[in-house]
Amino acid sequence: MTTDFWQRLHRQRVPLLWWTSRRTYLLFVVRELTSVAVVWFVVYLLLLVRSVGAGPGDYERFLDWSAQPWMVVLNALALALAIVHTITWFMVTPQAMVLKVRGRRVPGVALAGALYVAWFAVSAVILLLVLA
Amino acid sequence: MSRERTSAEPFLWLLFSAGGVLTALAVPMILFLFGIAFPLGWLDPPSNAEIYTLLRNPLARLAVIVLCGLGMMHAAHRLRHTIRDGLQLQRHGTAIAAVCYGTAAFLTAVAVVLVSVI
Repeated sequence: MTTDFWQRLHRQRVPLLWWTSRRTYLLFVVRELTSVAVVWFVVYLLLLVRSVGAGPGDYERFLDWSAQPWMVVLNALALALAIVHTITWFMVTPQAMVLKVRGRRVPGVALAGALYVAWFAVSAVILLLVLA
Repeated sequence: MSRERTSAEPFLWLLFSAGGVLTALAVPMILFLFGIAFPLGWLDPPSNAEIYTLLRNPLARLAVIVLCGLGMMHAAHRLRHTIRDGLQLQRHGTAIAAVCYGTAAFLTAVAVVLVSVI
């Protein structure tokens, strides 16, 4: 049996704001939008690296610029999204990855726990490197 | 023997997940320090000389490049799918992919150049 040409032309239109209709859809879109915060982070980090390479004057200007109220608000928003990314990423990793030790599957809770330990360790190393 | 169509998707997904892990681990602390704690005076920022010395370390340079490169590949992959499916722009799928991965490649190149000239 074949579909007629006119039948294949029919497309069910989905409203553009379909993701606002349910809380789970909205959370999904927020999770996807955390990648915007990642892009902003990369740009911000590169601006920092550039200013450090350019010398003390440029670095001071970067610090002054980053202390403007709208920049702090922007970075607070980016930080909130970054933390949402971290938590949701650790939530889905055990579902996407099957880790086996001696032939037995590591339970998802253990894997997520290990990721939180790694988050703490990496954050501590960054803190020490930057402040020491 | 059947010839299978090769797809870049598994490779792109690998970069997406590698970037996802790295950004999940490293981004919050760096953003907290340089976006909140130093600007608001909660902590004293390192001097230019101190952070310059840190970035002269080959491992730190590599970390910046990998974090920016994989972080951008992660974001590009996610945004590509969200923009295409969320805004129902499947017709422009190729163009959206080109812009997303192109931006990622560009910012990775910028990271390599900036880190190399330090």
